[in-house]
Amino acid sequence: MSTLTEVESVVIRFSGDSGDGMQLTGTQFSNTSALMGNDIATFPDYPAEIRAPQGTVAGVSGFQVHFGSREIFTPGDEADMLVVFNPAALKVNLKDLKKGGTILLNTDAFTDKKIAKAGYESNPLESGELDGYQLIEVPVDSQTAEALKEIDLDTKSKKRCKNFYALGMTYFFYHREMETTLNWIKQKFGDEPELLKANQTAMKAGANFAETLETIVSTYKVSKAKIEPGIYRQINGNTSIAWGFIRAAQAANLPLFLGSYPITPASDILHELSKYKEFGVKTFQAEDEIAGICAAIGASLTGSLAITTSSGPGISLKGEAIGLAISYEMPLVIVNVQRGGPSTGLPTKTEQSDLYQALYGRNGDSPLIIVAASRPNDCFHMAYEASRLALEHMTPVILLSDGYVANGTEPWKIPDVDSEYASIKHKMLNPEDVDKENWNWIKRDDETLVRDWAIPGMKGLEHRIGGLEKDFDTGNVSYDPSNHQKMCEVRQKKVENAANNIPLQEVEGNESGDLLVISWGGTYGSVEMAVRTLQKEGHKISLMHLRYINPLPKNIGNVIKNFKKVIVPELNMGQLVHVINAHFACNAISYSKVEGLPFKISELKEAFRNALKEAEND
Amino acid sequence: MTENTEYTKKDFVSDQEVKWCPGCGDYAILSAIQSAMTKIGRKREDVVCVSGIGCSSRFPYYLNTYGYHTIHGRATAVASGVKTANPDLSVWVMTGDGDSLSIGGNHLIHVLRRNIDMNIVLFNNRVYGLTKGQYSPTSLRGQVTKSTPYGSLDRPFSPAKLAFGASATFIARTTDTNTKQIEAIMLEAEEHRGTSFIEVYQNCVIFNDGCHSEYSDKKSREDHSIILEQGKPMIYGSEVKKGIILDKLTLRVVELGDIYTEADCLIHDKTNETLASLLVAMDANASMPKLYGVIFAVQDVIYNDQVATQISEVKAQKGEGDFNKLLYSGETWEVKK
Repeated sequence: MSTLTEVESVVIRFSGDSGDGMQLTGTQFSNTSALMGNDIATFPDYPAEIRAPQGTVAGVSGFQVHFGSREIFTPGDEADMLVVFNPAALKVNLKDLKKGGTILLNTDAFTDKKIAKAGYESNPLESGELDGYQLIEVPVDSQTAEALKEIDLDTKSKKRCKNFYALGMTYFFYHREMETTLNWIKQKFGDEPELLKANQTAMKAGANFAETLETIVSTYKVSKAKIEPGIYRQINGNTSIAWGFIRAAQAANLPLFLGSYPITPASDILHELSKYKEFGVKTFQAEDEIAGICAAIGASLTGSLAITTSSGPGISLKGEAIGLAISYEMPLVIVNVQRGGPSTGLPTKTEQSDLYQALYGRNGDSPLIIVAASRPNDCFHMAYEASRLALEHMTPVILLSDGYVANGTEPWKIPDVDSEYASIKHKMLNPEDVDKENWNWIKRDDETLVRDWAIPGMKGLEHRIGGLEKDFDTGNVSYDPSNHQKMCEVRQKKVENAANNIPLQEVEGNESGDLLVISWGGTYGSVEMAVRTLQKEGHKISLMHLRYINPLPKNIGNVIKNFKKVIVPELNMGQLVHVINAHFACNAISYSKVEGLPFKISELKEAFRNALKEAEND
Repeated sequence: MTENTEYTKKDFVSDQEVKWCPGCGDYAILSAIQSAMTKIGRKREDVVCVSGIGCSSRFPYYLNTYGYHTIHGRATAVASGVKTANPDLSVWVMTGDGDSLSIGGNHLIHVLRRNIDMNIVLFNNRVYGLTKGQYSPTSLRGQVTKSTPYGSLDRPFSPAKLAFGASATFIARTTDTNTKQIEAIMLEAEEHRGTSFIEVYQNCVIFNDGCHSEYSDKKSREDHSIILEQGKPMIYGSEVKKGIILDKLTLRVVELGDIYTEADCLIHDKTNETLASLLVAMDANASMPKLYGVIFAVQDVIYNDQVATQISEVKAQKGEGDFNKLLYSGETWEVKK
């Protein structure tokens, strides 16, 4: 007899050829789960090549969904179930399946030819390498064809319904309601009745077939999660960033301008923003990265909230222009959706290795504000914050995201923007209020050191700005030695002053203890879950996850003092750790990884446990 | 002219000391443009001057409008953002042969392709001045400079031909020895809707003195250059009158007299693209005279106009954006207490 087991959370990975519709299948599964009240996190994993050779490991496309009855912070370390549509998908993903996990596989695809194409020397179904896993072998292609034999469609179109057949099976195994997906199919194929019928039929047939397996296969139930009440929607990091900027522009009552050049994994921000002409958003796809930022600089000079979006290699090209914006002391937001480097590196893989670039990647002493998004549903907030800080402090701000955050999708409690994201007070002058005789463009606030913002069109405030050093008092070109010293100090101090305008750092856990974990950016989910588990085990471990990186929140030094040991997990060769040690001389240790993949909770737990052992023995 | 735009040249002179070398051709260009500014019918606060890096790029400091001295080669890119973001401004780019044809070549061709409404004034002295005398993309083959002690091996660009190839809608040329002509061309450029590309032959007294003398100096230019005028025959020369005729598919210089008369000469039509293709190619032929005036001027779609139009079309169709509507678009679900 089959069993029904109640579990806290489940990770499923759908994987097949890039033409098999895996992203769609995974999205349907996660949407249904969210609507059923689970918390979820998802991560798509697709090949860098647009159309990699069919059936090869290079062409495998996957989508992982983690859903649960508790808070879900990451798409999950290891899958409980792997749904594979061909041998290549099995080959690529088996290592990420939990020991003893379930594999639902399409036996029709395990032909000698396809097995060889995936790089197997012998049939993995017969070689014994799948021993220890629970196998559900289903001829998905032929059973889909059989289920659709009455429908008037060509064979190829019928074959394309196989993902819904498999999806139907997974819905049965995990007690998902089919309604949402059946409705989605209806909307999608409303104009093509045969396709509509075929996809719906395939899905139902899959579910029905799964039911016949009940005697041999277990099914699982995942109850609703305890989630903060409110209206939710799904959002991925890049969309969230785009919306954050639209809202910031509204809150500042300024037009929004994006100058950008296509680059993976940042292009989706450009795509998203180019949709919103009704919000007056101007998107300028420039001839190169440099022109992207330069056009944004031009737009900012004329009074737009101006942004440029890119990834590491593009940011390298923008370096000189970022320096110009620093020298102009003008608002500008630069988004870096980080990917594996150096050079072209790993365009579709995630990494956090551009922190040094953000901090130091320009000529001269050129400080700016740096913030980082911690998860997909945090991007909206951090894009808004980046804009707010740029406009309030008249400075470029770098917003760091990464491939993992950019493409990851999670539920987002829709904020009350009319109260929480309502107003940004920028520095733009009203020419009527200005004493024009005694005004010049470099006049700054004594306390914040922030200058005024005068733009073309304002009568009587005409002025000239350049990248040459400027006289502190007049704003004219100056080669005076002591003036340059003073200006460098002022630019530095101005950025440091922004620490008075950002929230104090929160600590998750006790404010003192054995081990303090300091993380930043997109690793939040796994780090948080690892720390929380160890806290439950009784360890004196706390987490400080940074979203404001330069300047750092003012209370960090005080928190660090209260811990015996500090560890900094990062997806790079160790960057923040040196910044922390340089600032606080706390002997922080590094735990770093550069495999193009997010941290696994399990590896973090182990690293933290080791550090705890040392701290506890001290 | 409205009250607001009644200016004298002094109104466009900034309080900055001009720091070009004595005798530099830039002074004449500055003076002519300051003078032109009083006649373009724009308010001073609506004029934006953007430059890159190089001697010519110091220009904005000396013009009393809004001015931005940016980074090497990128003036056209910054100006593209200025004009796209605020199409009401009168945008001027000051650049040189190194700034816009070497390091900024990419931005130059793309602003011309997009036809963003701005005026690009390219000071061509065929040398890098500010970095003290290296050869530039318009240096002639064989030119001896600090970085080419045995003569330059590079084939030079013809700026006008490059602009034409990049789909420019307005191409003109003038010289620092003719301020009246500079001023007239600037006015015509400002009137042109779309990108106006103006090459100005400019003498560098220090590193390339006399590079344009033959066709630029008052004494010799009549015999070595033609001033193009719309609808007028292409004739030139101080004593012996010469003209340009079309011989099969080639432009040829002929002496006017018994065999050829004015009636045989080409009539200039700045709107004729085929003619323009022949005229911009003349640069490469040293035996042909240099052209001054407006070589090519046509109307075409303008990027910044289209950006504005597209936004208003979408707004007309969808209504003004409602952020809450966007937030709640697509699938949402409620989590209850």
